Amino acid sequence: MQGTVDSQATAIAVDHAHEHPDFRVLGLLVFLISESLMFGGLFAAYLLLRGMHEQWPPEGTEVELLVPTINTIILISSSFVIHYGDVAIKKDDVRGMRKWYWITAAMGAVFLSGQVYEYLTLGYGLRTNVFANCFYVMTGFHGLHVFVGILLILGVIWRSRRPGHYNAHKHTGVAMAEIYWHFVDVIWIILFTLLYILTRF
Amino acid sequence: MAQAQLPLDTPLSLPEHPKAWKWYDYFTFNVDHKVIGIQYLVTAFIFYLIGGLMAVAMRTELATANSDFLDPNLYNAFLTNHGTIMIFLWVVPAAIGGFGNYLVPLMVGARDMAFPRLNALAFWLNPPAGALLLASFLFGGAQAGWTSYPPLSTITATTAQSMWILAIVLAGTSSIMGSVNFIVTIWKMKVPSMRWDQLPLFCWAMLATSLLALVSTPVLAVGLILLLFDINFGTSFYKPDAGGNVVIYQHLFWFYSHPAVYLMILPIFGIMSEVIPVHARKPIFGYQAIAYSSLAICCVGLFVWVHHMFTSGTPPWMRMFFTISTLIVAVPTGVKIFSWVATLWGGKIRLNSAMLFAIGLLSMFVLGGLSGVTLGTAPVDIHVHDTYYVVAHFHYVLFGGSVFGLYAGIYHWFPKMTGRLLDERLGILHFILTLIGTNLTFLPMHELGLKGMPRRVAMYDPQFESINLICTIGAFVLAFSIIPFLINIIWSWNKGKIAGDNPWGGLSLEWTTSSPPLIENWKVLPVVTKGPYDYGIEQRKGSTDEDDDEKE
Repeated sequence: MQGTVDSQATAIAVDHAHEHPDFRVLGLLVFLISESLMFGGLFAAYLLLRGMHEQWPPEGTEVELLVPTINTIILISSSFVIHYGDVAIKKDDVRGMRKWYWITAAMGAVFLSGQVYEYLTLGYGLRTNVFANCFYVMTGFHGLHVFVGILLILGVIWRSRRPGHYNAHKHTGVAMAEIYWHFVDVIWIILFTLLYILTRF
Repeated sequence: MAQAQLPLDTPLSLPEHPKAWKWYDYFTFNVDHKVIGIQYLVTAFIFYLIGGLMAVAMRTELATANSDFLDPNLYNAFLTNHGTIMIFLWVVPAAIGGFGNYLVPLMVGARDMAFPRLNALAFWLNPPAGALLLASFLFGGAQAGWTSYPPLSTITATTAQSMWILAIVLAGTSSIMGSVNFIVTIWKMKVPSMRWDQLPLFCWAMLATSLLALVSTPVLAVGLILLLFDINFGTSFYKPDAGGNVVIYQHLFWFYSHPAVYLMILPIFGIMSEVIPVHARKPIFGYQAIAYSSLAICCVGLFVWVHHMFTSGTPPWMRMFFTISTLIVAVPTGVKIFSWVATLWGGKIRLNSAMLFAIGLLSMFVLGGLSGVTLGTAPVDIHVHDTYYVVAHFHYVLFGGSVFGLYAGIYHWFPKMTGRLLDERLGILHFILTLIGTNLTFLPMHELGLKGMPRRVAMYDPQFESINLICTIGAFVLAFSIIPFLINIIWSWNKGKIAGDNPWGGLSLEWTTSSPPLIENWKVLPVVTKGPYDYGIEQRKGSTDEDDDEKE
């Protein structure tokens, strides 16, 4: 914008997308505030329901810990892995970025499979009781976000197949996928604390 | 995304768009913020007419105590969808989507919003939302009121109720997308020559509105999704017999829906702060006070929601806390009201239709605000809860406030949007009819409420019949008041007097471009040299006599 004002004599009308800096990362961060509040609403509803019940979770709907703990370790590690991808693209290493992003997507997929395995082996379903309602809706909602994150990562990988699409100075898409992935990770940590740790100990 | 990621050394391309939009461009996925603004305004206005017809049908039913015009179930569907349409498909999209999109980039000196395609997507979520609501009538229409409290909403017309939920979630998504866009645009895309204290107050209001929508809308989405699960997938979040709790829904719902009141009035306050100084030919009184009071309303407004739930088994400490916080919101609102009155004071007031509606808003909103203060106080609220007193209150705020403000905005910026002036005689007729209709319809409702007539019923005690008849006559006056407005808009759009770039002598940036503005707003971006409200400041410096005159 500054450029246009300064060069009035030789003003050329330019496509406005090129006139201002890239605000997409900022836009994503603002959007994530909104997303946090969505999870915040879910957590608040969960805590209110929990506060109403003497025994939480009710008999027969305890959570298991082994698979979710492995899952947690995988998801948290994947946040470090995806960061290596970001480091790589900043060094102009597209191949390295692709490698780390593939690994992240695979870890995400393992997490989702673990989640499905947990659903199948728990022995109670969505409708069993209020705790089960909360458990499935909250983990399912988070799983949906993991799924979207995987799609974003695959999108980045797909776009990066064209040489020069991302480079050391131009990798907004890479950064946005990473930020979203970290967000999903942080939400999981809260969710894991609320649904697993605080119901078992 | 691909476009912005072209290599940096690519020569800047010339714009690919045509010189001016054709009529059919308004029916496409167009990324120009002005096209999107008009799309929002026109779509919202159509829904306003639909919601208005529902209101007229309900008032016709209520003319007599017995149920003789509408089937009671249809009456319930109308009252639910009247509220929903007016809030989610008229006031919110028209004020935020319509005026916000049209004016914010023009006022801050940007060529478009920060994310034009996101913006277009946000608009195009609205027509499907409206279509879903209308289609829900095939399944009986949602009948649990716009608040859709369980358990009523989980057992009545469940298919229609589910469609209603999806419609609201769509509209909410649109609203979140719009908020992200407004926040980034206002924060980052002012022309470099504009200081923060030269930002038009409408933009401050839009910033506060967007922050509020950003934070509160997702919570409503959660509440509604859980309701959707309760209705369709056998969960029991809100089913007390299975361990759920209905009050949780009310908390989630009102955490959004009380701020929604501010979503509907803050942009309107912004419109007021633009219209009043331009037509009073005076600098706005208390620029900073108005700007910060918007942000204060935004913050405090998030902590008052329980005043809708004083009768939901709310513990006394909660009633006390939320009574106090509710009364605190009245302070920043009062700051604005007094600032506008002070701006009008001693101004060279131009009493055209825009200004008439602005002054009308001022008086109507004060009435609505006063009944709001009484309702915000727990002891009174428990007495008049769910009576017509509440209906009277929020119609003074939302009709006398928001809708008057939207009309003021339309009369004020129609010349900018179309290049033609609206006819003043029709405008004044419209104002007079609207003012009479508003008071005839909603003023008697205070009395009905205090006497104990419950809201949301098709049949009532015959002792209320005479007052109800007055309300119904008022509703018909309101319905007819639309006619001069419609004639005015349609006729003036093609045949009205040519407005010129700046018919009102406004100082904010939207008046520096042509009417209607060029596709990218300006050939060369404007440079801000004075504040948006510096009316009469030059003369005042020149002669102290005039200054004295103005003080008198």
